[in-house]
Amino acid sequence: MSVVKKSPWILHYDGTSCNGCDIEVLACLTPLYDVERFGIINTGNPKHADILLITGSVNEQNIPVVKQLYEQMPDPKAVVAVGICATSGGIFAECYNVVGGVGKVIPVDVYVPGCAARPESIIDGVVKALDILEVKRKKR
Amino acid sequence: MNILILIGIAMLAPVAGGLLTGIDRIISARLQGRQGPPLLQPFYDVLKLCQKESIEVNSMHRFFVYISLAFVVFTTVILLSGGDILLAIFALTLGSVFFVLGGYASNSPYNTIGSERELLQIMAYEPMVLLTCVGLYYAENSFFVKDIVAAQTPSIVYLPGVFVGLIFILTFKLRKSPFDLSMSHHGHQEIVKGITTEYSGKDLAVIEVTHWYEVIIALALVYVFFATAAPMSHVFAVIVCLLVYFLEIIIDNGAARVKWQQALKSAWIVTGIMGTVNLIILSFFK
Ligand code: SF4
Repeated sequence: MSVVKKSPWILHYDGTSCNGCDIEVLACLTPLYDVERFGIINTGNPKHADILLITGSVNEQNIPVVKQLYEQMPDPKAVVAVGICATSGGIFAECYNVVGGVGKVIPVDVYVPGCAARPESIIDGVVKALDILEVKRKKR
Repeated sequence: MNILILIGIAMLAPVAGGLLTGIDRIISARLQGRQGPPLLQPFYDVLKLCQKESIEVNSMHRFFVYISLAFVVFTTVILLSGGDILLAIFALTLGSVFFVLGGYASNSPYNTIGSERELLQIMAYEPMVLLTCVGLYYAENSFFVKDIVAAQTPSIVYLPGVFVGLIFILTFKLRKSPFDLSMSHHGHQEIVKGITTEYSGKDLAVIEVTHWYEVIIALALVYVFFATAAPMSHVFAVIVCLLVYFLEIIIDNGAARVKWQQALKSAWIVTGIMGTVNLIILSFFK
């Protein structure tokens, strides 16, 4: 049975972002979008999370943080990179300390484009990640 | 036959508790102007957690959670089968203590803070729970639930103060704001996730199911205040239970979390005034 699709718990991590995408992620929780309709909860704890939502690019300082958060999540798990910063480094790509997108450090399952990504597309990205979670669960 | 009833109680109590939690989440969402999750969401959550990997910090911290569940199930069965309310309360306390030990066992700073707060909560609510039992004995001359619910006059007539005190400390037991210091039951964030931070997968599912049992235990304590020998009183008691639960949801959504000092102080003051004064007055009339 695919209950994992009915209750995805999310961990949100903010890398080197301008906070634009973070505000859009939090907008998903507000009454207008209300992601709890789909059983989605923002947990803030990697050990409870199913989906890691990363906004912003990865820099030299937060590589170990991102890796550790990913490793602390129990299987099956999925990673969604939100915004163009998390995809490729975006506007910060040329900065001296920026490594690039999240994909350079941990395996990313879904990329959500946009600067900032709209709440609708973030929800869409999470829904895509649910299918991937289901496939991963069957493989375990 | 008797065994079957006991097993039935143990099976049905979490179903009812889970449904109540689902209703709680919908009402909370509506109070916040949101649509809210489906009614069965708590069951989806638990089933999902069962399919996930359980990360083992060490073997003890998982073990304690299962022991805690066992004691809470024992409490539920005793209470709902009409057993000794004093025994039930002590088993429930033991369950909470094992839960705290599990929190300490993981050695994580977040869990340790959560455990300390859980201990404070136990300190805050335990006197009132004991006074409730004492008061019920005073009023009905029996510690057995089956005798208390078979009385001619409902206990609430003798114990209005104790009842108010009980409602007050149920906020701790149901893990609602303003007293959800150690772990909150909703998406409110505290220090990461309090005492449950290090649990994942099946262990977290067990904690959730334990909470469902605890909801039923809490409402069973409300129930015994209203049930009497008259059959209609039982219907009335169930309605009061639902109203109390609704009241707790509203308090949860209307209040912010308080500091532990305030939680402890207010709980003890309410216990002191409502509980003891009620018992003193009752001792004059009885
Ligand atoms: S993608 Fe745009 S809005 Fe999002 S963090 Fe990067 S710069 Fe900010």
